[in-house]
Amino acid sequence: MITLPLGFTQGKEYAELEWPIDLAIAVVWLAYSINFFMTMMRRKTSHIYVSNWFFLGMMVMITYLHVVNSLAIPVSLFKSYSVFSGVQDAMIQWWWGHNAVGFYLTAGFLGIMYYFIPKQANRPIFSYRLSVIHFWALMFGYVWLGAHHLQYTALPDWTGSLAAAVSLAMIIPSWGGAINGMMTLSGAWDKLRTDYVLRFLIMSLAFYAMSTFEGPVMSVKTVNALSHYTDWTIGHVHSGALGWVAMVAAGALYHMVERLWNTRMYSAKLVNTHFWMATIGTVIYITAMWVSGIMQGLMWRDYDAFGALTYTFAESVAAMHPYYVMRAIGGMVYWAGGAVMLYNVVMTIRTASARRGVSVATANA
Amino acid sequence: MANKYYSTKLQDKVERSGLVMLFMLMVLLSVGGLVEIVPLFYLKDTMEYNKHPEILWQRKAGESMDEWKAGDGIRPYKPLELMGRMVYIREGCYLCHSQMIRPFRDEKERYGHYSLAAESMYDHPFQWGSKRTGPDLARVGGKYSDEWHRRHLRAPRSVVPESVMPNYPWLDKNMVNADETLATMKAMKTVGVPYTEEDFATAASSVKGKTEMDAMVAFLQVLGTMVRFDDSVDYRE
Repeated sequence: MITLPLGFTQGKEYAELEWPIDLAIAVVWLAYSINFFMTMMRRKTSHIYVSNWFFLGMMVMITYLHVVNSLAIPVSLFKSYSVFSGVQDAMIQWWWGHNAVGFYLTAGFLGIMYYFIPKQANRPIFSYRLSVIHFWALMFGYVWLGAHHLQYTALPDWTGSLAAAVSLAMIIPSWGGAINGMMTLSGAWDKLRTDYVLRFLIMSLAFYAMSTFEGPVMSVKTVNALSHYTDWTIGHVHSGALGWVAMVAAGALYHMVERLWNTRMYSAKLVNTHFWMATIGTVIYITAMWVSGIMQGLMWRDYDAFGALTYTFAESVAAMHPYYVMRAIGGMVYWAGGAVMLYNVVMTIRTASARRGVSVATANA
Repeated sequence: MANKYYSTKLQDKVERSGLVMLFMLMVLLSVGGLVEIVPLFYLKDTMEYNKHPEILWQRKAGESMDEWKAGDGIRPYKPLELMGRMVYIREGCYLCHSQMIRPFRDEKERYGHYSLAAESMYDHPFQWGSKRTGPDLARVGGKYSDEWHRRHLRAPRSVVPESVMPNYPWLDKNMVNADETLATMKAMKTVGVPYTEEDFATAASSVKGKTEMDAMVAFLQVLGTMVRFDDSVDYRE
């Protein structure tokens, strides 16, 4: 947050932080992983629960990615250069880039999903077998996907095609996971009418399923030829980030606040308000990005009747303006939903603490 | 249904032992990366210069980088260009501009010949980018005058009214640091860029009195100009 605006960057997307910070991240990450692993080793149950499989996978993979992609030669305290160059650097960067999302924001949050949906719904997970398939296929397959970010670039064709083929196959485990979570409500769908926290968790899976269908489609070369370099990619990422990651996190946080303070939320109505703001905000945002992305792609490749390019690049920039306004509105609705949540959580904690204060006072008297 | 036991022996073993699971994951998670990354370092087809050696600059012993002319082939960046590249990275230009032209008709007409892997062989880190909020810059070199670039970097809307690019007025004020230039070149040498002792010797003098604006313009003007393309040759097949 401080170093990036000052221009300290390694110049690799999502891996911008300079080497001293990279080292600090490595220390924190390993401490966290070791702490997690040792806790897991001291468990009292015989089996390790599926959430922890996902967390462990995330820890191993993020360690690999962070170490390899951050290999750099320092020039000064705040400047270093990647030891890799050109095409190899590009492949390593997107192996990192896709899996930082795939393992941190997908595997990690699937772990959250596998714990909080059964807890909130008070029912066992739909299928153990599905979770086994979901887990191993996701772990093995995700690692291969990075090269689909480099279709039609100077990366050799075989790498991108391989990545696209595996990407298509990834629909199976991704949807397996989404179905596993949703079908946990099988026979208890009525809970969605009254339980607003559960709504967050289930809606997040709907966005997860949607964006994990969209991703493989975009990895196919013919689609990628249009979508690459445009806002479509931005829209895809946000349907995952806002719709899936942030919404499952909100659901899990509501659940935890109620457990930790042993109370109900201050206002169930506000939970519902937040739910709708988040859903509508996400939909506005990603729709704007879809339209502008596809429009950009089409404008760039458009030819007029005389065989000349129809638009200059600057014209495509100008054409994006209304969609960026729409995107800002969607984002603000989403953000305001977060503010509603913050207010609700603060009020819940204050009310719960006040009540406890009273009961403690009564006990002392 | 709920009581039925579905697991296989292997799965049962794995999920009862943290160590076995850790080991399984460590192996499984390394496969995809190894298969896709490692061959890129040794497969001859990856780099076009294996089949078309003429795209590399054949530097003679003692020859200075200043004797290189556009089209002579791929070479390391000159000191001033290298520092321009550093500014390019620092200012985050890669977040809005790509440097990777795809082999499509519209991109050829808009930007030029598709990019070769070898053209970024000295780029630590690569700057292919992933988003075109602004146009591709892989072959922007020679397309506009130096003066156009200066005006554009100071105030983009003074030359392109539709532009959404920020102003970079400080590039005119900041001077290029000679020590940093030399340190950067030496770091590049460590990771494989073939700078010579002579290049190091001339580094300080070639950035003396230069602003970051000069460096940036020098960098932009060399982009995509190193290879002289032969239209009858398919470099990538």
